Amino acid sequence: MRPINRPLLYAVLTAALVVLSSISLIAGKVWVPWDVWLTPDVDPRWAIVFELRLPRTILAIVVGAALGLSGAVLQGYTRNPLADPGVLGVSSMAALGAVLTLYYGVTAFAPWALPVAAISGALVGVAVLMLLSGSASSLVTFILAGAILNILSSAGVSLALSMAPNPWAVNEIVDWLMGSLADRSFEEVRMALPLVVIGCGLLLTTGRALDALTLGDVGARSLGVSMSATRWSLALGVALAAGASVAVTGVIGFVGLVTPHLLRPLVGARPGALLVPSILGGAVVVLAGDILVRLTPAANEVKLGVAMAALGAPFFLVLLLRLRRKIA
Amino acid sequence: MSILGCADLSVRIADKAILTSVTLSIEAGKVTTIVGPNGAGKSTLLTCLAGLRQPTSGMATLDGLALASMAPRKRARRLAFLPQTPEIAWSVEGRTLIELGRTPFVGARGPTAEDRAAVDRAMAAARVAPFERRIVDTLSGGERARVLIARALAGEPEWLLADEPLTGLDPAHQLDAAALFRQLAESGVGVVLTLHDLSMALRLSDRIIVLADGGVLGDDPPAAALTPDVLRRAYGVEATLTQGPGGPLIDVIGRA
Repeated sequence: MRPINRPLLYAVLTAALVVLSSISLIAGKVWVPWDVWLTPDVDPRWAIVFELRLPRTILAIVVGAALGLSGAVLQGYTRNPLADPGVLGVSSMAALGAVLTLYYGVTAFAPWALPVAAISGALVGVAVLMLLSGSASSLVTFILAGAILNILSSAGVSLALSMAPNPWAVNEIVDWLMGSLADRSFEEVRMALPLVVIGCGLLLTTGRALDALTLGDVGARSLGVSMSATRWSLALGVALAAGASVAVTGVIGFVGLVTPHLLRPLVGARPGALLVPSILGGAVVVLAGDILVRLTPAANEVKLGVAMAALGAPFFLVLLLRLRRKIA
Repeated sequence: MSILGCADLSVRIADKAILTSVTLSIEAGKVTTIVGPNGAGKSTLLTCLAGLRQPTSGMATLDGLALASMAPRKRARRLAFLPQTPEIAWSVEGRTLIELGRTPFVGARGPTAEDRAAVDRAMAAARVAPFERRIVDTLSGGERARVLIARALAGEPEWLLADEPLTGLDPAHQLDAAALFRQLAESGVGVVLTLHDLSMALRLSDRIIVLADGGVLGDDPPAAALTPDVLRRAYGVEATLTQGPGGPLIDVIGRA
Protein backbone atom coordinates (compact mmCIF):
# COMPACT_ATOMS: atom_id res chain seq x y z
CA MET A 1 0.00 0.00 0.00
CA ARG A 2 1.21 3.49 -0.82
CA PRO A 3 1.84 5.70 2.18
CA ILE A 4 -0.78 8.43 2.37
CA ASN A 5 0.20 11.98 3.03
CA ARG A 6 0.85 12.87 6.63
CA PRO A 7 -1.46 15.86 7.14
CA LEU A 8 -4.33 13.81 5.74
CA LEU A 9 -3.60 10.94 8.12
CA TYR A 10 -3.43 13.29 11.11
CA ALA A 11 -6.63 15.03 10.03
CA VAL A 12 -8.53 11.75 9.70
CA LEU A 13 -7.32 10.43 13.06
CA THR A 14 -8.04 13.72 14.83
CA ALA A 15 -11.51 13.88 13.29
CA ALA A 16 -12.20 10.32 14.47
CA LEU A 17 -10.97 11.28 17.93
CA VAL A 18 -13.27 14.32 18.10
CA VAL A 19 -16.31 12.40 16.88
CA LEU A 20 -15.71 9.48 19.26
CA SER A 21 -15.08 11.82 22.20
CA SER A 22 -18.42 13.48 21.55
CA ILE A 23 -20.19 10.13 21.33
CA SER A 24 -18.39 9.03 24.49
CA LEU A 25 -19.89 11.96 26.37
CA ILE A 26 -23.40 11.26 25.09
CA ALA A 27 -23.59 7.47 25.00
CA GLY A 28 -24.32 4.97 27.75
CA LYS A 29 -27.18 3.56 29.83
CA VAL A 30 -28.45 7.12 30.07
CA TRP A 31 -28.26 8.97 26.79
CA VAL A 32 -27.44 12.59 27.29
CA PRO A 33 -28.59 14.69 24.38
CA TRP A 34 -26.69 17.75 23.24
CA ASP A 35 -29.19 20.28 24.62
CA VAL A 36 -28.05 19.42 28.14
CA TRP A 37 -24.89 21.33 27.36
CA LEU A 38 -26.93 24.48 26.95
CA THR A 39 -28.44 24.25 30.43
CA PRO A 40 -25.70 22.76 32.58
CA ASP A 41 -27.01 24.10 35.89
CA VAL A 42 -30.60 22.92 35.55
CA ASP A 43 -30.41 19.48 34.00
CA PRO A 44 -29.38 16.74 36.46
CA ARG A 45 -27.91 14.71 33.60
CA TRP A 46 -25.14 17.28 33.44
CA ALA A 47 -23.62 15.61 36.47
CA ILE A 48 -23.43 12.34 34.53
CA VAL A 49 -21.58 14.06 31.76
CA PHE A 50 -19.25 16.06 33.90
CA GLU A 51 -18.57 13.74 36.85
CA LEU A 52 -18.57 10.40 35.04
CA ARG A 53 -18.28 10.62 31.30
CA LEU A 54 -15.83 13.48 30.98
CA PRO A 55 -13.10 11.88 33.14
CA ARG A 56 -13.85 8.54 31.53
CA THR A 57 -13.43 10.01 28.06
CA ILE A 58 -10.21 11.81 29.01
CA LEU A 59 -8.82 8.64 30.56
CA ALA A 60 -9.70 6.62 27.48
CA ILE A 61 -7.71 9.09 25.37
CA VAL A 62 -4.78 9.21 27.81
CA VAL A 63 -4.54 5.44 28.26
CA GLY A 64 -5.10 4.75 24.56
CA ALA A 65 -2.38 7.23 23.60
CA ALA A 66 0.04 5.72 26.13
CA LEU A 67 -0.60 2.14 25.01
CA GLY A 68 -0.60 2.95 21.30
CA LEU A 69 2.71 4.79 21.53
CA SER A 70 4.30 2.18 23.83
CA GLY A 71 3.32 -0.50 21.31
CA ALA A 72 4.74 1.45 18.38
CA VAL A 73 8.05 2.08 20.19
CA LEU A 74 8.38 -1.52 21.40
CA GLN A 75 7.66 -2.85 17.93
CA GLY A 76 10.22 -0.47 16.45
CA TYR A 77 12.86 -1.33 19.01
CA THR A 78 12.36 -5.09 18.84
CA ARG A 79 11.77 -4.95 15.05
CA ASN A 80 8.87 -7.22 15.77
CA PRO A 81 5.25 -6.55 14.83
CA LEU A 82 4.06 -8.85 17.62
CA ALA A 83 5.42 -6.66 20.40
CA ASP A 84 3.32 -4.56 22.74
CA PRO A 85 3.30 -3.88 26.50
CA GLY A 86 0.77 -6.69 26.98
CA VAL A 87 2.46 -9.40 24.91
CA LEU A 88 5.90 -8.57 26.30
CA GLY A 89 4.63 -8.82 29.89
CA VAL A 90 5.23 -5.18 30.81
CA SER A 91 1.55 -4.54 31.54
CA SER A 92 1.17 -7.66 33.63
CA MET A 93 4.30 -6.81 35.62
CA ALA A 94 2.74 -3.39 36.25
CA ALA A 95 -0.44 -5.17 37.31
CA LEU A 96 1.53 -7.37 39.69
CA GLY A 97 3.03 -4.26 41.30
CA ALA A 98 -0.42 -2.72 41.64
CA VAL A 99 -2.00 -5.92 42.98
CA LEU A 100 0.62 -6.13 45.72
CA THR A 101 -0.37 -2.68 46.97
CA LEU A 102 -4.05 -3.68 46.83
CA TYR A 103 -3.25 -6.91 48.65
CA TYR A 104 -1.45 -5.18 51.47
CA GLY A 105 -4.14 -2.49 51.56
CA VAL A 106 -1.54 0.24 51.22
CA THR A 107 -3.71 2.21 48.82
CA ALA A 108 -6.20 3.10 51.56
CA PHE A 109 -3.77 5.48 53.27
CA ALA A 110 -1.28 6.06 50.47
CA PRO A 111 -3.10 6.37 47.13
CA TRP A 112 0.15 7.22 45.31
CA ALA A 113 1.53 3.78 46.20
CA LEU A 114 -0.49 2.10 43.46
CA PRO A 115 0.91 4.05 40.49
CA VAL A 116 4.40 3.92 41.97
CA ALA A 117 4.16 0.15 42.36
CA ALA A 118 2.67 -0.26 38.89
CA ILE A 119 5.42 1.82 37.29
CA SER A 120 8.09 -0.05 39.26
CA GLY A 121 6.62 -3.37 38.10
CA ALA A 122 6.62 -2.14 34.50
CA LEU A 123 10.21 -0.96 34.87
CA VAL A 124 11.31 -4.39 36.10
CA GLY A 125 9.52 -5.91 33.12
CA VAL A 126 11.22 -3.61 30.61
CA ALA A 127 14.59 -4.12 32.31
CA VAL A 128 14.31 -7.89 31.96
CA LEU A 129 13.41 -7.50 28.28
CA MET A 130 16.40 -5.21 27.75
CA LEU A 131 18.77 -7.62 29.46
CA LEU A 132 17.59 -10.43 27.25
CA SER A 133 17.85 -8.28 24.17
CA GLY A 134 21.47 -7.34 24.93
CA SER A 135 23.38 -8.61 21.92
CA ALA A 136 21.58 -11.21 19.91
CA SER A 137 17.90 -10.54 20.11
CA SER A 138 15.49 -12.32 17.88
CA LEU A 139 11.76 -12.23 17.59
CA VAL A 140 11.59 -15.52 19.45
CA THR A 141 13.74 -14.27 22.35
CA PHE A 142 11.43 -11.34 22.93
CA ILE A 143 8.22 -13.33 22.73
CA LEU A 144 9.64 -15.94 25.12
CA ALA A 145 10.87 -13.25 27.50
CA GLY A 146 7.37 -11.79 27.41
CA ALA A 147 5.88 -15.21 28.07
CA ILE A 148 8.16 -15.67 31.07
CA LEU A 149 7.20 -12.27 32.49
CA ASN A 150 3.52 -13.01 31.91
CA ILE A 151 3.79 -16.37 33.68
CA LEU A 152 5.76 -14.85 36.54
CA SER A 153 3.36 -12.01 37.11
CA SER A 154 0.24 -14.15 36.83
CA ALA A 155 1.76 -16.53 39.40
CA GLY A 156 2.35 -13.54 41.69
CA VAL A 157 -1.19 -12.30 41.20
CA SER A 158 -2.63 -15.78 41.82
CA LEU A 159 -0.59 -16.01 44.98
CA ALA A 160 -1.93 -12.67 46.16
CA LEU A 161 -5.47 -13.81 45.38
CA SER A 162 -5.14 -17.13 47.17
CA MET A 163 -3.63 -15.50 50.24
CA ALA A 164 -5.99 -12.54 50.26
CA PRO A 165 -7.13 -11.66 53.79
CA ASN A 166 -10.80 -11.34 52.89
CA PRO A 167 -13.22 -11.77 49.98
CA TRP A 168 -13.45 -8.01 49.50
CA ALA A 169 -9.78 -7.77 48.76
CA VAL A 170 -10.17 -10.62 46.25
CA ASN A 171 -13.08 -8.81 44.66
CA GLU A 172 -11.18 -5.58 44.45
CA ILE A 173 -8.17 -7.24 42.84
CA VAL A 174 -10.17 -9.30 40.35
CA ASP A 175 -12.34 -6.37 39.43
CA TRP A 176 -9.34 -4.17 38.89
CA LEU A 177 -7.36 -6.78 36.96
CA MET A 178 -9.93 -7.08 34.23
CA GLY A 179 -9.29 -3.56 33.04
CA SER A 180 -12.02 -1.00 32.79
CA LEU A 181 -12.69 2.69 32.49
CA ALA A 182 -15.98 2.55 34.39
CA ASP A 183 -16.54 4.82 37.39
CA ARG A 184 -13.24 6.64 37.06
CA SER A 185 -13.05 10.19 38.31
CA PHE A 186 -10.84 13.22 37.82
CA GLU A 187 -8.68 11.84 40.60
CA GLU A 188 -7.47 9.10 38.24
CA VAL A 189 -6.98 11.64 35.47
CA ARG A 190 -4.81 13.77 37.75
CA MET A 191 -2.82 10.70 38.73
CA ALA A 192 -2.19 9.30 35.26
CA LEU A 193 -2.05 12.30 32.96
CA PRO A 194 1.27 13.88 34.06
CA LEU A 195 3.05 10.51 34.18
CA VAL A 196 1.75 9.50 30.78
CA VAL A 197 2.74 12.87 29.30
CA ILE A 198 6.31 12.53 30.61
CA GLY A 199 6.50 8.91 29.45
CA CYS A 200 5.21 9.75 25.97
CA GLY A 201 7.64 12.68 25.78
CA LEU A 202 10.53 10.31 26.42
CA LEU A 203 9.22 7.80 23.91
CA LEU A 204 8.86 10.43 21.20
CA THR A 205 12.60 11.18 21.44
CA THR A 206 13.39 7.66 20.20
CA GLY A 207 12.00 8.19 16.67
CA ARG A 208 15.30 8.74 14.87
CA ALA A 209 16.93 5.79 16.63
CA LEU A 210 13.99 3.52 15.78
CA ASP A 211 14.31 4.52 12.12
CA ALA A 212 18.01 3.66 12.18
CA LEU A 213 17.22 0.33 13.85
CA THR A 214 15.53 -0.66 10.60
CA LEU A 215 19.11 -1.61 9.65
CA GLY A 216 19.53 -3.68 12.81
CA ASP A 217 21.56 -3.01 15.91
CA VAL A 218 24.93 -2.80 14.14
CA GLY A 219 23.47 -0.73 11.33
CA ALA A 220 21.98 1.76 13.78
CA ARG A 221 25.22 2.06 15.74
CA SER A 222 27.19 2.58 12.54
CA LEU A 223 24.89 5.53 11.86
CA GLY A 224 26.00 7.12 15.11
CA VAL A 225 22.88 6.29 17.11
CA SER A 226 23.55 5.86 20.82
CA MET A 227 21.84 2.62 21.79
CA SER A 228 22.23 3.18 25.51
CA ALA A 229 20.47 6.57 25.37
CA THR A 230 17.70 4.96 23.33
CA ARG A 231 17.35 2.12 25.82
CA TRP A 232 17.02 4.50 28.76
CA SER A 233 14.39 6.65 27.07
CA LEU A 234 12.51 3.56 26.01
CA ALA A 235 12.63 1.80 29.37
CA LEU A 236 11.59 4.84 31.40
CA GLY A 237 9.09 5.98 28.79
CA VAL A 238 7.31 2.63 28.50
CA ALA A 239 7.38 2.11 32.27
CA LEU A 240 5.83 5.54 32.92
CA ALA A 241 3.29 5.50 30.10
CA ALA A 242 2.17 1.87 30.30
CA GLY A 243 2.68 1.64 34.09
CA ALA A 244 0.57 4.72 34.82
CA SER A 245 -2.11 3.47 32.44
CA VAL A 246 -2.29 0.10 34.14
CA ALA A 247 -2.38 1.88 37.51
CA VAL A 248 -5.63 3.67 36.69
CA THR A 249 -7.44 1.22 34.42
CA GLY A 250 -5.97 -2.23 35.00
CA VAL A 251 -4.67 -4.25 32.08
CA ILE A 252 -6.08 -3.29 28.69
CA GLY A 253 -4.24 -5.41 26.17
CA PHE A 254 -3.81 -5.47 22.42
CA VAL A 255 -4.26 -1.72 21.88
CA GLY A 256 -0.50 -1.40 21.57
CA LEU A 257 -0.38 -4.40 19.27
CA VAL A 258 -3.23 -3.55 16.93
CA THR A 259 -2.80 0.21 16.56
CA PRO A 260 0.74 0.43 15.14
CA HIS A 261 0.10 -2.58 12.97
CA LEU A 262 -2.93 -1.01 11.31
CA LEU A 263 -1.19 2.32 10.81
CA ARG A 264 2.19 1.00 9.61
CA PRO A 265 1.34 0.66 5.90
CA LEU A 266 -0.14 4.16 5.93
CA VAL A 267 3.15 5.78 6.96
CA GLY A 268 5.40 3.76 4.65
CA ALA A 269 6.51 1.45 7.48
CA ARG A 270 9.08 3.90 8.87
CA PRO A 271 9.04 3.28 12.65
CA GLY A 272 9.70 6.92 13.57
CA ALA A 273 6.83 8.11 11.39
CA LEU A 274 4.52 5.73 13.21
CA LEU A 275 4.84 7.30 16.66
CA VAL A 276 2.48 10.29 16.53
CA PRO A 277 -0.18 8.45 14.50
CA SER A 278 -0.06 5.64 17.08
CA ILE A 279 -0.81 8.13 19.87
CA LEU A 280 -3.92 9.31 18.04
CA GLY A 281 -4.80 5.79 16.85
CA GLY A 282 -4.45 4.26 20.32
CA ALA A 283 -6.81 6.89 21.72
CA VAL A 284 -9.31 6.18 18.93
CA VAL A 285 -9.17 2.41 19.55
CA VAL A 286 -9.68 2.67 23.33
CA LEU A 287 -12.44 5.27 22.97
CA ALA A 288 -14.26 3.13 20.42
CA GLY A 289 -13.85 0.03 22.59
CA ASP A 290 -15.12 1.83 25.67
CA ILE A 291 -18.19 3.17 23.84
CA LEU A 292 -18.95 -0.35 22.58
CA VAL A 293 -18.76 -1.98 26.02
CA ARG A 294 -21.04 0.72 27.41
CA LEU A 295 -23.61 0.05 24.73
CA THR A 296 -23.44 -3.74 24.93
CA PRO A 297 -26.72 -4.88 26.42
CA ALA A 298 -25.80 -6.80 29.56
CA ALA A 299 -26.77 -6.66 33.21
CA ASN A 300 -23.25 -5.65 34.13
CA GLU A 301 -21.05 -3.68 31.80
CA VAL A 302 -18.56 -5.87 29.92
CA LYS A 303 -15.05 -5.06 31.13
CA LEU A 304 -13.04 -3.19 28.53
CA GLY A 305 -9.91 -5.27 29.15
CA VAL A 306 -11.89 -8.46 28.55
CA ALA A 307 -13.51 -7.11 25.39
CA MET A 308 -10.15 -5.96 24.01
CA ALA A 309 -8.61 -9.35 24.70
CA ALA A 310 -11.54 -11.04 22.94
CA LEU A 311 -11.05 -8.84 19.89
CA GLY A 312 -7.27 -8.86 20.08
CA ALA A 313 -6.59 -12.58 20.34
CA PRO A 314 -7.93 -13.42 16.85
CA PHE A 315 -6.03 -10.44 15.50
CA PHE A 316 -2.83 -11.73 17.08
CA LEU A 317 -3.51 -15.12 15.53
CA VAL A 318 -3.92 -13.67 12.03
CA LEU A 319 -0.73 -11.67 12.50
CA LEU A 320 1.13 -14.77 13.60
CA LEU A 321 -0.12 -16.78 10.62
CA ARG A 322 0.98 -14.07 8.23
CA LEU A 323 4.35 -13.72 9.96
CA ARG A 324 4.88 -17.49 9.93
CA ARG A 325 4.90 -17.41 6.16
CA LYS A 326 7.51 -14.67 6.27
CA ILE A 327 9.81 -16.37 8.77
CA ALA A 328 9.57 -19.89 7.37
CA MET B 1 45.45 12.63 4.05
CA SER B 2 43.19 10.72 6.39
CA ILE B 3 44.62 7.62 8.05
CA LEU B 4 42.61 4.80 9.56
CA GLY B 5 44.57 2.42 11.66
CA CYS B 6 44.94 0.21 14.63
CA ALA B 7 47.74 -0.30 17.10
CA ASP B 8 48.44 -3.56 18.87
CA LEU B 9 44.78 -4.41 18.56
CA SER B 10 43.60 -7.68 20.11
CA VAL B 11 40.14 -9.12 20.47
CA ARG B 12 39.25 -12.08 22.63
CA ILE B 13 35.74 -13.49 22.69
CA ALA B 14 34.99 -15.96 25.46
CA ASP B 15 38.68 -16.80 25.95
CA LYS B 16 39.22 -17.40 22.27
CA ALA B 17 41.72 -15.08 20.62
CA ILE B 18 40.09 -13.71 17.46
CA LEU B 19 42.69 -11.04 16.68
CA THR B 20 46.17 -10.89 18.16
CA SER B 21 48.17 -7.70 18.22
CA VAL B 22 47.22 -6.32 14.83
CA THR B 23 48.88 -3.05 13.80
CA LEU B 24 47.84 -1.38 10.56
CA SER B 25 47.86 2.01 8.96
CA ILE B 26 45.47 2.47 6.04
CA GLU B 27 45.51 5.49 3.78
CA ALA B 28 42.47 7.14 2.30
CA GLY B 29 42.14 7.37 -1.47
CA LYS B 30 42.87 3.69 -1.95
CA VAL B 31 41.03 0.40 -2.04
CA THR B 32 42.41 -1.77 0.73
CA THR B 33 41.14 -5.32 0.85
CA ILE B 34 41.32 -7.72 3.76
CA VAL B 35 41.33 -11.37 2.72
CA GLY B 36 41.78 -14.55 4.69
CA PRO B 37 40.16 -17.90 5.43
CA ASN B 38 36.90 -18.27 7.33
CA GLY B 39 37.35 -17.42 10.97
CA ALA B 40 40.53 -15.43 10.37
CA GLY B 41 38.98 -12.40 12.04
CA LYS B 42 38.24 -10.27 8.95
CA SER B 43 34.80 -9.13 10.05
CA THR B 44 35.98 -8.55 13.61
CA LEU B 45 38.85 -6.41 12.37
CA LEU B 46 36.53 -4.43 10.12
CA THR B 47 34.02 -3.76 12.92
CA CYS B 48 36.90 -2.62 15.16
CA LEU B 49 38.11 -0.26 12.41
CA ALA B 50 34.53 0.99 12.07
CA GLY B 51 34.50 1.85 15.76
CA LEU B 52 31.65 -0.57 16.38
CA ARG B 53 33.54 -3.04 18.51
CA GLN B 54 35.67 -2.23 21.49
CA PRO B 55 38.91 -4.24 21.24
CA THR B 56 40.04 -6.23 24.27
CA SER B 57 43.33 -4.37 24.14
CA GLY B 58 44.97 -1.88 21.84
CA MET B 59 42.91 0.55 19.84
CA ALA B 60 41.62 1.59 16.45
CA THR B 61 42.31 5.16 15.43
CA LEU B 62 41.14 7.66 12.84
CA ASP B 63 43.76 10.33 12.17
CA GLY B 64 45.39 9.50 15.47
CA LEU B 65 42.18 9.81 17.49
CA ALA B 66 40.87 6.72 19.28
CA LEU B 67 37.65 5.69 17.54
CA ALA B 68 36.21 4.45 20.81
CA SER B 69 36.38 7.92 22.35
CA MET B 70 34.95 9.73 19.32
CA ALA B 71 31.36 10.95 19.56
CA PRO B 72 29.33 8.31 17.67
CA ARG B 73 27.56 10.88 15.52
CA LYS B 74 30.81 12.54 14.56
CA ARG B 75 32.37 9.18 13.72
CA ALA B 76 29.32 8.19 11.68
CA ARG B 77 29.64 11.34 9.56
CA ARG B 78 33.16 10.39 8.51
CA LEU B 79 32.91 6.65 8.31
CA ALA B 80 30.24 4.43 6.79
CA PHE B 81 29.98 0.72 7.49
CA LEU B 82 28.24 -1.93 5.45
CA PRO B 83 27.72 -5.12 7.46
CA GLN B 84 28.01 -8.56 5.90
CA THR B 85 24.44 -9.64 6.47
CA PRO B 86 22.51 -6.42 6.55
CA GLU B 87 19.18 -6.55 8.26
CA ILE B 88 16.18 -4.69 6.88
CA ALA B 89 13.46 -4.95 9.46
CA TRP B 90 10.52 -3.19 7.84
CA SER B 91 8.93 -3.05 4.42
CA VAL B 92 10.10 0.46 3.59
CA GLU B 93 10.64 2.01 0.17
CA GLY B 94 14.12 2.08 -1.35
CA ARG B 95 14.48 5.80 -0.86
CA THR B 96 13.43 5.65 2.78
CA LEU B 97 16.18 3.09 3.38
CA ILE B 98 18.81 5.15 1.58
CA GLU B 99 17.78 8.24 3.54
CA LEU B 100 18.82 6.44 6.72
CA GLY B 101 22.38 7.07 5.58
CA ARG B 102 21.79 10.74 6.39
CA THR B 103 20.97 9.95 10.03
CA PRO B 104 24.23 11.44 11.43
CA PHE B 105 23.53 14.73 9.63
CA VAL B 106 19.82 15.24 10.18
CA GLY B 107 19.02 17.64 12.99
CA ALA B 108 15.86 18.27 14.97
CA ARG B 109 14.26 20.04 12.01
CA GLY B 110 14.42 16.98 9.79
CA PRO B 111 16.12 16.48 6.44
CA THR B 112 17.23 19.57 4.52
CA ALA B 113 17.55 20.19 0.79
CA GLU B 114 21.23 19.23 1.12
CA ASP B 115 20.24 15.89 2.67
CA ARG B 116 17.88 15.19 -0.20
CA ALA B 117 20.52 16.18 -2.74
CA ALA B 118 23.05 13.82 -1.12
CA VAL B 119 20.52 10.98 -1.32
CA ASP B 120 19.95 11.75 -5.01
CA ARG B 121 23.70 11.69 -5.66
CA ALA B 122 24.09 8.38 -3.82
CA MET B 123 21.24 6.85 -5.80
CA ALA B 124 22.80 8.00 -9.06
CA ALA B 125 26.22 6.65 -8.08
CA ALA B 126 24.87 3.23 -7.09
CA ARG B 127 22.41 3.24 -10.03
CA VAL B 128 19.40 2.46 -7.92
CA ALA B 129 17.00 5.11 -9.25
CA PRO B 130 14.48 2.48 -10.42
CA PHE B 131 14.16 1.21 -6.84
CA GLU B 132 13.36 4.61 -5.32
CA ARG B 133 9.69 3.82 -4.74
CA ARG B 134 9.95 0.03 -4.62
CA ILE B 135 9.31 -1.73 -1.31
CA VAL B 136 12.67 -3.30 -0.42
CA ASP B 137 11.05 -6.72 0.22
CA THR B 138 10.18 -6.92 -3.46
CA LEU B 139 13.80 -6.37 -4.59
CA SER B 140 16.09 -9.25 -5.46
CA GLY B 141 19.09 -9.92 -3.22
CA GLY B 142 21.43 -8.15 -5.63
CA GLU B 143 19.15 -5.16 -6.00
CA ARG B 144 18.87 -4.88 -2.24
CA ALA B 145 22.65 -5.02 -1.90
CA ARG B 146 22.92 -2.09 -4.31
CA VAL B 147 20.34 -0.11 -2.37
CA LEU B 148 22.37 -0.76 0.79
CA ILE B 149 25.54 0.47 -0.93
CA ALA B 150 23.61 3.62 -1.85
CA ARG B 151 22.60 3.90 1.81
CA ALA B 152 26.27 3.86 2.82
CA LEU B 153 27.13 6.47 0.18
CA ALA B 154 24.30 8.81 1.20
CA GLY B 155 26.40 10.07 4.11
CA GLU B 156 29.18 10.96 1.63
CA PRO B 157 31.72 9.51 4.03
CA GLU B 158 35.50 9.88 3.98
CA TRP B 159 35.74 6.17 4.72
CA LEU B 160 33.66 3.29 3.45
CA LEU B 161 34.12 -0.04 5.23
CA ALA B 162 32.24 -2.90 3.60
CA ASP B 163 32.14 -6.50 4.75
CA GLU B 164 31.79 -8.84 1.76
CA PRO B 165 29.99 -6.26 -0.37
CA LEU B 166 30.13 -8.35 -3.57
CA THR B 167 28.55 -11.49 -2.13
CA GLY B 168 25.24 -12.19 -3.80
CA LEU B 169 25.84 -9.92 -6.79
CA ASP B 170 25.84 -11.35 -10.31
CA PRO B 171 29.05 -10.85 -12.35
CA ALA B 172 27.81 -7.72 -14.10
CA HIS B 173 26.80 -6.05 -10.87
CA GLN B 174 30.02 -7.20 -9.21
CA LEU B 175 31.87 -5.30 -11.90
CA ASP B 176 29.65 -2.26 -11.38
CA ALA B 177 30.21 -2.33 -7.63
CA ALA B 178 33.97 -2.82 -8.10
CA ALA B 179 34.08 0.12 -10.50
CA LEU B 180 32.14 2.19 -7.98
CA PHE B 181 34.62 1.36 -5.20
CA ARG B 182 37.53 2.27 -7.50
CA GLN B 183 35.86 5.52 -8.45
CA LEU B 184 35.27 6.36 -4.78
CA ALA B 185 38.90 5.68 -3.96
CA GLU B 186 40.05 7.88 -6.82
CA SER B 187 37.88 10.69 -5.50
CA GLY B 188 39.72 10.43 -2.17
CA VAL B 189 37.49 8.11 -0.16
CA GLY B 190 39.24 5.44 1.88
CA VAL B 191 37.67 2.12 0.84
CA VAL B 192 38.28 -0.90 3.05
CA LEU B 193 36.72 -4.20 1.99
CA THR B 194 36.75 -7.80 2.97
CA LEU B 195 36.47 -10.19 0.03
CA HIS B 196 36.42 -13.94 -0.53
CA ASP B 197 36.94 -13.74 -4.28
CA LEU B 198 40.73 -13.56 -4.49
CA SER B 199 40.91 -12.80 -8.21
CA MET B 200 38.52 -9.92 -7.69
CA ALA B 201 40.64 -8.75 -4.76
CA LEU B 202 43.71 -8.66 -7.03
CA ARG B 203 41.93 -6.72 -9.75
CA LEU B 204 40.19 -4.26 -7.48
CA SER B 205 42.64 -3.42 -4.73
CA ASP B 206 45.59 -1.12 -4.24
CA ARG B 207 46.65 -3.08 -1.22
CA ILE B 208 45.83 -6.52 0.11
CA ILE B 209 46.06 -7.49 3.75
CA VAL B 210 46.09 -11.24 4.35
CA LEU B 211 44.71 -12.21 7.71
CA ALA B 212 45.20 -15.70 9.15
CA ASP B 213 44.69 -16.98 12.66
CA GLY B 214 44.00 -13.50 13.97
CA GLY B 215 47.27 -12.00 12.74
CA VAL B 216 48.54 -10.23 9.64
CA LEU B 217 50.24 -12.75 7.36
CA GLY B 218 50.83 -10.45 4.44
CA ASP B 219 50.38 -6.80 3.59
CA ASP B 220 51.41 -5.88 0.06
CA PRO B 221 50.34 -4.35 -3.23
CA PRO B 222 48.33 -6.90 -5.26
CA ALA B 223 51.26 -7.89 -7.48
CA ALA B 224 53.13 -9.28 -4.49
CA ALA B 225 50.32 -10.15 -2.09
CA LEU B 226 48.85 -13.50 -3.05
CA THR B 227 51.84 -15.67 -3.83
CA PRO B 228 51.42 -19.47 -3.81
CA ASP B 229 53.34 -19.50 -0.54
CA VAL B 230 51.01 -17.03 1.13
CA LEU B 231 47.95 -18.88 -0.14
CA ARG B 232 49.33 -22.16 1.15
CA ARG B 233 49.97 -20.73 4.57
CA ALA B 234 46.76 -18.73 4.83
CA TYR B 235 44.26 -21.07 3.23
CA GLY B 236 46.04 -24.40 3.17
CA VAL B 237 45.60 -24.73 -0.61
CA GLU B 238 47.86 -25.10 -3.60
CA ALA B 239 47.13 -22.34 -6.07
CA THR B 240 48.77 -20.61 -8.97
CA LEU B 241 48.58 -17.03 -10.03
CA THR B 242 48.06 -16.62 -13.78
CA GLN B 243 47.29 -13.74 -16.06
CA GLY B 244 43.84 -14.16 -17.59
CA PRO B 245 42.44 -11.95 -20.33
CA GLY B 246 40.57 -9.92 -17.70
CA GLY B 247 43.44 -9.55 -15.28
CA PRO B 248 45.15 -11.67 -12.66
CA LEU B 249 43.49 -14.98 -11.91
CA ILE B 250 43.95 -17.29 -8.94
CA ASP B 251 43.49 -20.93 -9.84
CA VAL B 252 43.09 -23.16 -6.82
CA ILE B 253 44.49 -26.59 -7.64
CA GLY B 254 43.73 -28.45 -4.45
CA ARG B 255 44.39 -28.74 -0.76
CA ALA B 256 47.99 -28.31 0.25
